[in-house]
Amino acid sequence: MPQTATTSWWPTATTLLLVAALLLVPAPALAKTDIQFWHAMTGQLGEAVNELVKQFNDSQSEYEVKPLRKGTYPETLTAAIAAYRQRQAPHIVQVFEVGTQTMMLSGAVLPVFQLMKEQEIAVDWKDFIAPVVGYYSKDGNLYSMPFNSSTPILYYNKDAFQKAGLDPSKPPQTWKQVEEYSKKLISSGATKCGFSTGWPSWVQVENMHALHDQPFASKRNGFDGLDPKLLINQEFGVKHLGQLAAWQKENVFSYGGRAGAADPKFLSGECGMYMQSSALIGGFTKGASFKWGTGQLPHHGAPYKKATSIIGGATLWVMKGKPAAENRGTARFLKFISDTNQQMWWHVTTGYLAISNSAVKNLETGYHFKKNPDQFTAFAQLTKGTATPNSQGLRLGNFVQIRDAIESELENIFAGKKSAKQGLDDAAAKSNDILKEFAAANKQ
Amino acid sequence: MQRTVFKSRWLPYLLVAPQMAVTVIFFFWPALKSLQLSLYRVSPFGDRSTFVGLENFGKLVADPDYYSSVLNSFVFAGGVTVFAVLGALVLAGLVTQKIRGLAVYRTLLLWPYGIAPAVAGIIFLFIFHPAYGILPYFLSFVTAYDFNWLLKGWVAMTLVIVATAWTHLGYNIAFYIAGLLAIPASVMEAADVDGAGPIRRFTAIVFPLVSPITFYLVVLNMVFAFFESFGVIDAVTKGGPGQDTEIMVYKLYKDGFIGLNLGSSGAQSVILMAMVIGLTVLQFRFAEKKVTYR
Amino acid sequence: MSAVGATQVGARVRAQAAAAPRQTRIPWGSLLLHAVLIACIALVVFPLYFAFVVSTQDLQQVVQRPPRLLPSSHLLENYAQAWRKANMGVMLFNSAVMAVTVAVGKIIISMLSAFAIVYFSFRGRMLCFWMIFVTLMLPVPVRLMSTYEVIGTLGWLNTYSGLTVPLMASATATFLFRQFYLTIPNEMAEAAQLDGAGPLRFLFTFLLPLSWANIAALFVVLFIFGWNQYLWPLMITNTEAMRTVVIGLEQIIPRSGTELPTWNLIMAGAMMALLPPVAIIIFMQRWFVKGLVESEK
Repeated sequence: MPQTATTSWWPTATTLLLVAALLLVPAPALAKTDIQFWHAMTGQLGEAVNELVKQFNDSQSEYEVKPLRKGTYPETLTAAIAAYRQRQAPHIVQVFEVGTQTMMLSGAVLPVFQLMKEQEIAVDWKDFIAPVVGYYSKDGNLYSMPFNSSTPILYYNKDAFQKAGLDPSKPPQTWKQVEEYSKKLISSGATKCGFSTGWPSWVQVENMHALHDQPFASKRNGFDGLDPKLLINQEFGVKHLGQLAAWQKENVFSYGGRAGAADPKFLSGECGMYMQSSALIGGFTKGASFKWGTGQLPHHGAPYKKATSIIGGATLWVMKGKPAAENRGTARFLKFISDTNQQMWWHVTTGYLAISNSAVKNLETGYHFKKNPDQFTAFAQLTKGTATPNSQGLRLGNFVQIRDAIESELENIFAGKKSAKQGLDDAAAKSNDILKEFAAANKQ
Repeated sequence: MQRTVFKSRWLPYLLVAPQMAVTVIFFFWPALKSLQLSLYRVSPFGDRSTFVGLENFGKLVADPDYYSSVLNSFVFAGGVTVFAVLGALVLAGLVTQKIRGLAVYRTLLLWPYGIAPAVAGIIFLFIFHPAYGILPYFLSFVTAYDFNWLLKGWVAMTLVIVATAWTHLGYNIAFYIAGLLAIPASVMEAADVDGAGPIRRFTAIVFPLVSPITFYLVVLNMVFAFFESFGVIDAVTKGGPGQDTEIMVYKLYKDGFIGLNLGSSGAQSVILMAMVIGLTVLQFRFAEKKVTYR
Repeated sequence: MSAVGATQVGARVRAQAAAAPRQTRIPWGSLLLHAVLIACIALVVFPLYFAFVVSTQDLQQVVQRPPRLLPSSHLLENYAQAWRKANMGVMLFNSAVMAVTVAVGKIIISMLSAFAIVYFSFRGRMLCFWMIFVTLMLPVPVRLMSTYEVIGTLGWLNTYSGLTVPLMASATATFLFRQFYLTIPNEMAEAAQLDGAGPLRFLFTFLLPLSWANIAALFVVLFIFGWNQYLWPLMITNTEAMRTVVIGLEQIIPRSGTELPTWNLIMAGAMMALLPPVAIIIFMQRWFVKGLVESEK
């Protein structure tokens, strides 16, 4: 019947229109602003990053952080630079610690303290742990947001210790003990080699100098000037590296390559002890088929003081040139990840250090460290020694090239091609050239 | 010899236009930019650049690491070429003897060509790995010598040469098989009648007859190993140990991208480009002479 | 020996061989030959076989010594995990787009240029010739940074155009086409002109049919070239959605040193990354050999 048909579709139509109107109105509010976040984390760590970002995205509706793995640390940095030159830079980029000086002097970054001030977000800067703040601040202000920090520690194979007749609850504390234990491990057949190391320059040169209160470079390790001179070829460096070279011949020490290439030596049981980043705790927990423990890095003892080790890892830098509305999202994300809860979560999930004192305190009161003593080793090493000017960290330009030069020469030393003195002299000479280049290119 | 050509005022220009456009925009323009970059000292973010003339070149010439990278490039390219060409000749020679299964054998030898050098590098890295690689493991039964490529430069160099030659073998074999099959039976029979043994037959007849192919493959393999092998080095040794496997292309990448020294990287690009151009010209002059015999 | 002549001779040789097999001097020699060949092939195939074996193991078995040489049982879970971790589906697609576009694009522009250079006489011909051929062996790393800036200026960052067009800038295909065209007898072009055929007609009705073997061979080579690119796609792509499969493989390899390499997954990824180009070679093998070899130098 036409009459009823006409009258019956009106209510439906009006309802539909109303519903449509209601749906349309909030639509603009649903559009989130994207924040590009470039990082270099792979595997489990990459998944942890994604999870952390998801937590932030889910916690609010204005901004969506988009994480993207751009490659390794150097590749990520290069990509960010190239993109910046094209005015297509991301908002946040993860840069490793050796890129700090390059970033600081670049004129392409918005220092974190400034960002927070502009965005009027309150951050308790004093809450961050001292070694981290020291490394990434200039004139007392934090330039980048600490994200994944670690420090090298000693891992040891408890099962192998047992087999060799060593006390599995007592890791070596001095280098003399390391030699002794290594020889016992080898002679008892428990392992093939005594110990190995990851990141040769970071662990055996940079950290060893810091731990023994020895200067790595002049001008307070580069904090006071743009072209310091390397001091790794002084008495301490020659002694320590010479010792390693001698041990290489006896299999007490077995060189396994740069970065994490030597990890399998420990995991496979070939070497009984291993010096690597504390961030490997998670990975070892999953991948090791034997009982293992951690200890602080060994020390030579007198006459050297026992200072602290230095941090490694990376921080998050904010790129300049973005509109204020987007900067707000960036600021909120950085605040989010440095909150105590997120820090604790990050630490427990990845093994990286929690970087604020409140987070550390919470972990302590939650008996986290009692249940996971290994994760406390790194903290202890960083905070319980005597902090000296030599253990604050390093601030050198073109540090990537410098590390490469040092590790090349270390390979020559371990292979017996050069004496420790010769190799370190060459490394220092090359590095000094690199630093001169850097100073010239960054004349202020 | 006068070739027949078509007459048209505008058609040839239209036909070459696409390639010329791509060549100018993506080769000549970046080449000029590299040239420009090589004359400056540039800060990584590009906000500061100072003209320094030939200083970057001067530094390279005085740098012993640069010379070793040049040497490494030649050693690497030479090694790959010898392995891949000689190996191909021997295998092709075996395959083209009067036995069945030519096509099958050829397929089985050809396919590694499809593998990316970087991927091949990763596989060989795993095989050669001093900690858990199976090659050092089996070698340890034969000799106590430690084939640790992390410390011994020559082992590392062998590793990357083998990985690269492996991917290129098949390509060379395809050429040699065709060339060997093209040798007229009459020539071989004449040699038989003369009482030549298989070795004599090979050196006196086969080898000279395939020498144009050999020449072509040698040039191609050398160029490939010299310039396109970045992936293998990056995936496997990253130039190590020390600088023992740092070839020119890798050093250029390292200085530019990891070291962020764009001026030096630019200078190295310029030198490499000059080498490429020189080689191209040489190859052409030579090849043209050889091809025009009918 | 001219290319055309060589193939004609080769055909004759094969015909003769099929008709009257030659007597070998050593009767058991062929068995020995087969044995030697099989040994060589085993050596060549072994790395891939071993990679496959590792891709089916779990992590404990990978580091175990003595190493296991037979496939294990974790094939499906490893491949599934590798696929998920590296988002293989999207990346395989991107690699395919990149490889096919580079191959087809390069073939088209090269064929046209080579035709123009060989069959026309025009002002600037030699200049064009040298300009194109100077790019013959230009490696990607050498022009990386500056080409990146050019792409940025064009607004082609993170696009398929940016990914593919710069890789078409070298002259390998033009070289091959030119050499091939030079071996075509003059009489053909003369006959075509007498017939009143214009140059384009000549190209499409005469040259193109003759060139199929070359084109197929070039397609194989260029597809592999495009598929296996690493450095350029890494720089030029900003989003996960645009990445290619060789990069996806690198993503499973932890390089920051704070993680342990999961070799079984890495090998699974490697198998997935190398399967398409290898498959292309195996299936197009006949044309590949014919086209590449027949065009000689």
